[in-house]
Amino acid sequence: MHTRIGDYASRSREIIRGDLGVREAVTGATIAFDQKRLQGYAEVDADAWRRWAEGVKSHTLTHLDRYLTEAEARLEANGTEVHWAADAAEAREVVMSLAARHSVKSVVKGKSMVTEEIDLNPALEAAGIEVYETDLGEYILQLLGEEPSHILGPAIHKSLQQVQQLFADHLGSEPGGDPDTLARAARRVLRDAFIQSDMGITGGNFLVAETGTVALIENEGNIRLTTSLPRVHVAVVGIEKLVPCMADLAGFLQLTARAATGQPIGCFVSLVQGPAAHPDDDGPEEVHVVLVDNGRTNVLAHEHAWEALRCLRCGACLNACPVYRQTGGHAYGYVYSGPIGSVLDPGLLGLHEAMPLPFASSLCGACEDACPVRIPIPEMLLEWRREAQEEGLTPWKERAALKALASVATRPGLYRAAGRIGSRLGATGVARALPMLGEWAAERALPTPSGRTFRELWREGIE
Amino acid sequence: MRVALFVTCLADHYFAAAAADAVRLLRHLGCEVAFPADQTCCGQPAYNAGRLGEARRMAEHTLEVFAGAPGDPGDPAAPDAPTAAEAVVLPSGSCATMVKKFYPRLLAGGADTSGSVALANRTSAAAALADRTFDLAEFIVHRLGVTELGSGLAGRKVAVHQGCHALRELRLETEPAVLLEGAGAEVVSWEAQEECCGFGGLFSVKMSAVSAAMADRKLDTLPEVDWVVSGDGGCVLHLDGRNRARGTGIEFVHLATALWRGVAGGARAAEGSDVAATHAAAARPLEVP
Repeated sequence: MHTRIGDYASRSREIIRGDLGVREAVTGATIAFDQKRLQGYAEVDADAWRRWAEGVKSHTLTHLDRYLTEAEARLEANGTEVHWAADAAEAREVVMSLAARHSVKSVVKGKSMVTEEIDLNPALEAAGIEVYETDLGEYILQLLGEEPSHILGPAIHKSLQQVQQLFADHLGSEPGGDPDTLARAARRVLRDAFIQSDMGITGGNFLVAETGTVALIENEGNIRLTTSLPRVHVAVVGIEKLVPCMADLAGFLQLTARAATGQPIGCFVSLVQGPAAHPDDDGPEEVHVVLVDNGRTNVLAHEHAWEALRCLRCGACLNACPVYRQTGGHAYGYVYSGPIGSVLDPGLLGLHEAMPLPFASSLCGACEDACPVRIPIPEMLLEWRREAQEEGLTPWKERAALKALASVATRPGLYRAAGRIGSRLGATGVARALPMLGEWAAERALPTPSGRTFRELWREGIE
Repeated sequence: MRVALFVTCLADHYFAAAAADAVRLLRHLGCEVAFPADQTCCGQPAYNAGRLGEARRMAEHTLEVFAGAPGDPGDPAAPDAPTAAEAVVLPSGSCATMVKKFYPRLLAGGADTSGSVALANRTSAAAALADRTFDLAEFIVHRLGVTELGSGLAGRKVAVHQGCHALRELRLETEPAVLLEGAGAEVVSWEAQEECCGFGGLFSVKMSAVSAAMADRKLDTLPEVDWVVSGDGGCVLHLDGRNRARGTGIEFVHLATALWRGVAGGARAAEGSDVAATHAAAARPLEVP
């Protein structure tokens, strides 16, 4: 996928300065989500659940070959066709050839980050297939031609007023209207799409190895329809989505919902276990699971990055992140944004492609506290920074400045002399001596040195 | 108790008066304070940037300066020697975290550098130093067991900004507020109290627009108070810098200064121990584009 990660600094500035609506909408919504998560965690022994979940996911990832083989066998035993895709292009080809096989004219989609990752919609549309995003947030973005900006709430950066205007323009709905009214307006269009579409495409929250079950969590009911109404259901699933058994799934369904929205469980949980057994039964005639690697085995092989594969895509780290809140996801330039994106994207895409995301963090640690599978995001960001430094991917001025700091700080005499001089230079003098303070001064008043250093006060005697 | 002050580079140069107040406060609480003269920077700027080689060199230097087992007899001829110090105290939650949490991690990894502390030794030295290193508020509450300081801050309404390292690494969630209340202040709750201010060291210059927006969120949600008090100088430079650029007129006070005022009342206030006063002299509203 084409990324625009490299422009993070300038794009985040544009979003912050250009459109106050984004910052306000994202801040308000993420704080509300985060409060609900805290409440959802407080109702259970969240730390114990999180440690359990970390353990199960880490175990699964370190035995992934075994569980993938088991899952494939169980899926096939259920009558599901399994496809392996090494990269985005292969994943697209699988879906496109299935669409061709069934002469698909129209597709309904459930919200899925992995189909964004593999750029599926443009490929379907290029083949003349009509694509309907059926998650309300995704539908809004499809009308706008925008990409999702949040794992869970893709249109989180839009205000109610913007959606009211959009629906008035596109769907001819009455101006204004509360969210329920707007949802009804979308439903009128989408209901026809569900009925006329030949193929439903979803992601998958979990794939249970023991039973070959694809589990999907949602609140709107559109995924239930996507997996059951069309003749063909295709679930595109990252290979890291495995859990060993149904008992594990029971825990993960609850933990994911609590982390994401504070709910005890999603309003709808769909367990897809193969096609309809008899022509008279409900459900699709064919079910396909596309298992996507697309960089995941590289992440798994990486000494530090592999822990990011535990991610449940709940969005809790985005909601907790004060950096993400200022801009929303579009600033990050790739489908996985926020704290998890900043540690996952370098693994999936290569560090060079994902620069400067490891530096797009103040390392405040709120993400790690929120994460239901205890991904040590700040520590991982530091590891990516270390690699970036070793590979020379950071500005030479920055490297030179830190080398100089170390030289001075390991020579106490030199350090004292520099400190004495610096303290007397005044704010602008220091800024002239330290060119990096130019960026500081673009946003803030310069700090004023004390005039005399503490050690001078100490020598004179502190009364 | 004999205490070695690790003043930190930021406090040495930007919060010298607050650091002096930390010394007064510690002495008032019965501590004998030493100041090892060869101390420099803890190395956190390099560590956070991922330049572990430089960070390790600075950490090794700090280990040497503050090395020495607790309870070693002090050398009476060298009163500033840190060897006898039972505790190393920093007026900075972030730098305290560097020593307590990140040194052991940092010094356990990496090849032997040219530093004089051998790899085998430096791991145990880092663990020993971590054990007796404290953030100022942590030290007063947990090591000295003191929460009542006086009534010098009676009538003051303050908000607390706790740095993220102190909050989420050291889990010092209530200590500064407890001490401020123990000095007579009224601590007002703040919607964005536990949110990062956006400083983040290098982050504040690399991603300056996001960093400033984060400061704005803190400043915009601030309740009406006399002071914003923080034990982290970096956060204060950033928040106050933004405050002055916007002309918001909020007064920032280092925790050490606030607590010393709490002990000593208003009597010493005029003697230049006021961070905000130093800043106010140089304050000039900037045009923010």
